[in-house]
Amino acid sequence: MIEVKDVRFTYPTGVEALSGVSLTIEEGEFVAIMGQNGAGKTTLVKHFNGLLKPTKGTVLVDGVSTRDVSVAKLARTVGFVFQNPDHQLFCETVWEEIAFALRNFGFEEAIIEKRVDWALNLLDLIEYRQTSPFMLSGGERKRVALASVLAWDPKVVILDEPTIGQDHRQKENLRQFIVQLNGQGKTVVVVTHDVEFVAECHPRVVLMSAGKIVADGEAKKILTDTTLTSMASIVPPQITQIFLGLNDLGFPSDVIDVSEAKRVLFDYLVRSGR
Amino acid sequence: MAAVQAKALTYSYPGGTRPSIRDVSLSIERGEFVILTGPSGCGKTTICRCFNGLIPNFYTGELKGELRVAGLNVSEHPIYEMAKRVGLVFQNPENQLFALSVEKDVAFGLENLGMPRDQIRERVDQALKITGIEELRERAPHELSGGQQQRVAIASVLAMQPEIMIFDEPTSFLDPVGAQRIFEVINDLNKKLGITVILVEHRLDLASRYADHVIIMDAGQIILDGEPREVFNSETARLLGVGIPKAVNLWRLLQENGLVLEGMPVSSEEATRFLREVLKR
Repeated sequence: MIEVKDVRFTYPTGVEALSGVSLTIEEGEFVAIMGQNGAGKTTLVKHFNGLLKPTKGTVLVDGVSTRDVSVAKLARTVGFVFQNPDHQLFCETVWEEIAFALRNFGFEEAIIEKRVDWALNLLDLIEYRQTSPFMLSGGERKRVALASVLAWDPKVVILDEPTIGQDHRQKENLRQFIVQLNGQGKTVVVVTHDVEFVAECHPRVVLMSAGKIVADGEAKKILTDTTLTSMASIVPPQITQIFLGLNDLGFPSDVIDVSEAKRVLFDYLVRSGR
Repeated sequence: MAAVQAKALTYSYPGGTRPSIRDVSLSIERGEFVILTGPSGCGKTTICRCFNGLIPNFYTGELKGELRVAGLNVSEHPIYEMAKRVGLVFQNPENQLFALSVEKDVAFGLENLGMPRDQIRERVDQALKITGIEELRERAPHELSGGQQQRVAIASVLAMQPEIMIFDEPTSFLDPVGAQRIFEVINDLNKKLGITVILVEHRLDLASRYADHVIIMDAGQIILDGEPREVFNSETARLLGVGIPKAVNLWRLLQENGLVLEGMPVSSEEATRFLREVLKR
């Protein structure tokens, strides 16, 4: 679906944000791109919808180089939800905001109405349909931005830091929602620092540091490798931290979520005859 | 004396369909480290805007009830007077930064107070040092990453040396290591300098170890108010879907499954320690 081949990217200021990145994301995959501030995560995903073009190397989306298609055209396939919703929102009402891109893509009015209502429902925003996005809280604005992209049903959805400003319940909704999108065959790419969120989602994790990919694999493997996590300025999930402290008692150190932790602890107690 | 004392506070934004906070009464003592949490849209940010006088001095709309912050009635004092005592770090640093260099942004508040140049320099240096951005001094804030910007925003509030500091999800844009470092800075401000800290936060896994008081809001009202262990352990907190630390969740799950456990860990270190004791039995 997305093929990144030896991409380098230098911003006009001379800062090299990507120093040779190669990555293939298959159709229907769920990938979390993690790493410290300034590691190049956002720069990388901005290449996926052609917002940025590589200084060197190529990015193929559905087999076509992003240099050969307009961002407007790519956007139909690759939807991008920005980290800061204020970079995306500008209409007078939430309803208009979500309808905007659909109008641009030339959907018929009747379909627009259906899709907007569908997206509002999906993200629990129905009560705000006539509200100005700027009257909403940070977390609510974030959901409006997400709704506006999902409304046109892109094949690939990129979410840049989707959990920022979201409370626990919304994160749980978001998680179920991503799993559902992914289950419907959509490719989902999430840029995030939120280790606890990733620990509950179990995606493929691509770890970046200083413009390069330093690790790529299962969440369970990468989030529990303290050499990797410290290199990428992330903290292992709280459950992993607890288990790292029990390592000398023979506990595994690659435990990332609560239910697995429970299972491991009970197994231990049963084995030791209690 | 209380740092913050609210009695029956109710506020609606102009044009709002319902009050954003309703009948809120609370008391925060001087020197406390308070976490204020609750579902998105529950009124956390609104109440922070009351604490530093942005409501009712900047945002109009109707404020009812009584609010004293740092000994002052917020309705009777202009924002610039409140700002000397109560610092607010916004959720989104871009809403706060505007100068052409980091140094100028951090100095801005102090210049407005008419402070002597040498003193400004000293305070700016100190604030940049504490937040770990000395090397960004000459850079333009808008060119920095989200995390770096948040540090600049924190530094500019720190420089004012207020009695009370309010942080509205200050680590949203930071990577976890960066977030932890900021929480430690905030903790130092609280424990070493005695600044009263009010931290609005969803990421309780990282933050709860520092707090001695947790307030949970929902739909504009205070639902729970007390000591962290009690609050996190309450059924109400769980039903509300507050981001209870994973250590607490694990503990509860073990208890529900018949393991007799005492205490309630709020951090991973505590959970490890408690578990070791259980496993040794």
